[in-house]
Amino acid sequence: MIIKLASGVGQYLYLLKRVFRWPDRWRMFMRQFIAELDKQALQSLPIVFIISIFIGAIITIQGKTNTENPLLPAYTTGLLTRETLLLEFSSTILCLILAGKVGSNIASEIGTMRITEQIDAMEIMGVNSANYLILPKILALVLMMPFIVIISDAIGLLGGYGVAVLTDIITKEDYLYGIQYAFNPYYVTFGIVKSVVFAFIITSMSSFYGYHVRGGALEVGKASTTAVVNSSVTILLFDLILTKILL
Amino acid sequence: MIQVIDLVKKFDQTVVLRHVSADFHDGKVNMIIGHSGSGKTVLMKTMIGLHTFEEGKIIYDLTYPHPTRKDVNDMNENEIQMLHREVGMLFQGSALFDSMTVLENVLFPLEMFSQMSKEERTERAMFCLRRVNMPEHALSLMPAKISGGMQKRVAIARAIVLQPKYLFCDEPNSGLDPKTSLVIDQLIHEITEEYQICTIVNSHDMNSIMEIGDNIIFLKNGEKKWQGSNKEIFHADNEDLDDFVFASNLFKKVKATNQ
Ligand SMILES: Nc1ncnc2c1ncn2[C@@H]1O[C@H](COP(=O)(O)OP(=O)(O)OP(=O)(O)O)[C@@H](O)[C@H]1O
Ligand SMILES: [Mg+2]
Repeated sequence: MIIKLASGVGQYLYLLKRVFRWPDRWRMFMRQFIAELDKQALQSLPIVFIISIFIGAIITIQGKTNTENPLLPAYTTGLLTRETLLLEFSSTILCLILAGKVGSNIASEIGTMRITEQIDAMEIMGVNSANYLILPKILALVLMMPFIVIISDAIGLLGGYGVAVLTDIITKEDYLYGIQYAFNPYYVTFGIVKSVVFAFIITSMSSFYGYHVRGGALEVGKASTTAVVNSSVTILLFDLILTKILL
Repeated sequence: MIQVIDLVKKFDQTVVLRHVSADFHDGKVNMIIGHSGSGKTVLMKTMIGLHTFEEGKIIYDLTYPHPTRKDVNDMNENEIQMLHREVGMLFQGSALFDSMTVLENVLFPLEMFSQMSKEERTERAMFCLRRVNMPEHALSLMPAKISGGMQKRVAIARAIVLQPKYLFCDEPNSGLDPKTSLVIDQLIHEITEEYQICTIVNSHDMNSIMEIGDNIIFLKNGEKKWQGSNKEIFHADNEDLDDFVFASNLFKKVKATNQ
């Protein structure tokens, strides 16, 4: 078990070594990179929107019902919504969701190219397939992640505000005061730093599982499940480590 | 020319190639033949450097950076990449990039490696596609939308677009009907002679062996049992080879009429 893990990590690092090279042709790299920006970042925005707005609203409602206590100030709910979004939701939870969407997509795409010998075909042409296929994917998500997090933060807060406006659970004034109260900008930075690490984990690990598929369509399916599960677990592990180091 | 000398290849404990030695000549269709599981694909993939091997030598004539003969084991990563630029390969399942159109597939090696202008690249790609008789209207289609025979043609065009010195074809006929097979075989043969390529084809199809096998290497259980041309194959006094060749009734009749 430990030997298997160690050899897996070794293979993973070896793959990364092949990924992080200067591209053979920048023109080809840019073409791939732009396609990946669209596929991974832009196409993830709808789900980021939907989930963030709902979670923002839900945290606000639950926060209010759970802090129904005359001793707690009225701004508590807003404060709670903001802190939860910045610290955990818009970085970790969002990345877990993206691990499901982006991770399975990457693993099955690369895995299919592996089993249909498309990767062999590239290697035989003298193309570094790891660099050509994987580098644009990693860079695209890592680069776009800060924007995705900020968008999610904003949309989440908007979701909470929606609750304040549309219902009488909490007043607009209390909510707005709460989300501005004792604001620590470092939490935004913290969320972004974490999510960038997670973006790297999602893209590189899913690529790894796709790249090393052996067999047929069934194995591609398995690899994509493994990619999602293992990158999710790794994200949680690094969440713990980073929280310990950075907070 | 490629010289394989005393090649041994194992996967873990299983020996797949047992001391295979063979020569592969320029301007000829060199065929690796044998039953399923005899090690044809492994031999081919080992020769190109997709597998490492335990013993022996695989010696290539190189033109870059200067003309030499070199064993793949003595090449560094850079030299292997240079070698790969002189190699074209036709895969069993065509292996076309499914996210690109037919034309883009053939353009890909040029975009990666040539110093040509955009017009020159398109010109060259179109030339190769015409050479394999691809109809004009199919050039903008995705590989999934064209027939298996057409996919093979595109794969051939892609393999020869950089004017390789070596062309490897893994079972070029698999999944094709007899008539289309013949067309693909003839195409491979013509291209080999026209550009004096060292072509290596692996096959267990007797029709193609008789049609295009200039230099035949017969493998059984990972051992080379015979080497010769398609003209000699019926007269070889070799039990294992006869067992392979005359497995089909049609060729039994040929033997009977010969005697
Ligand atoms: N990656 C691998 N790992 C372990 N064993 C392998 C691997 N590839 C091939 N083998 C074994 O090597 C032997 C030869 O396989 P190979 O694919 O070369 O046969 P073949 O002659 O090409 O057969 P076919 O005509 O069916 O394509 C088989 O017994 C196969 O199980
Ligand atoms: Mg084979």
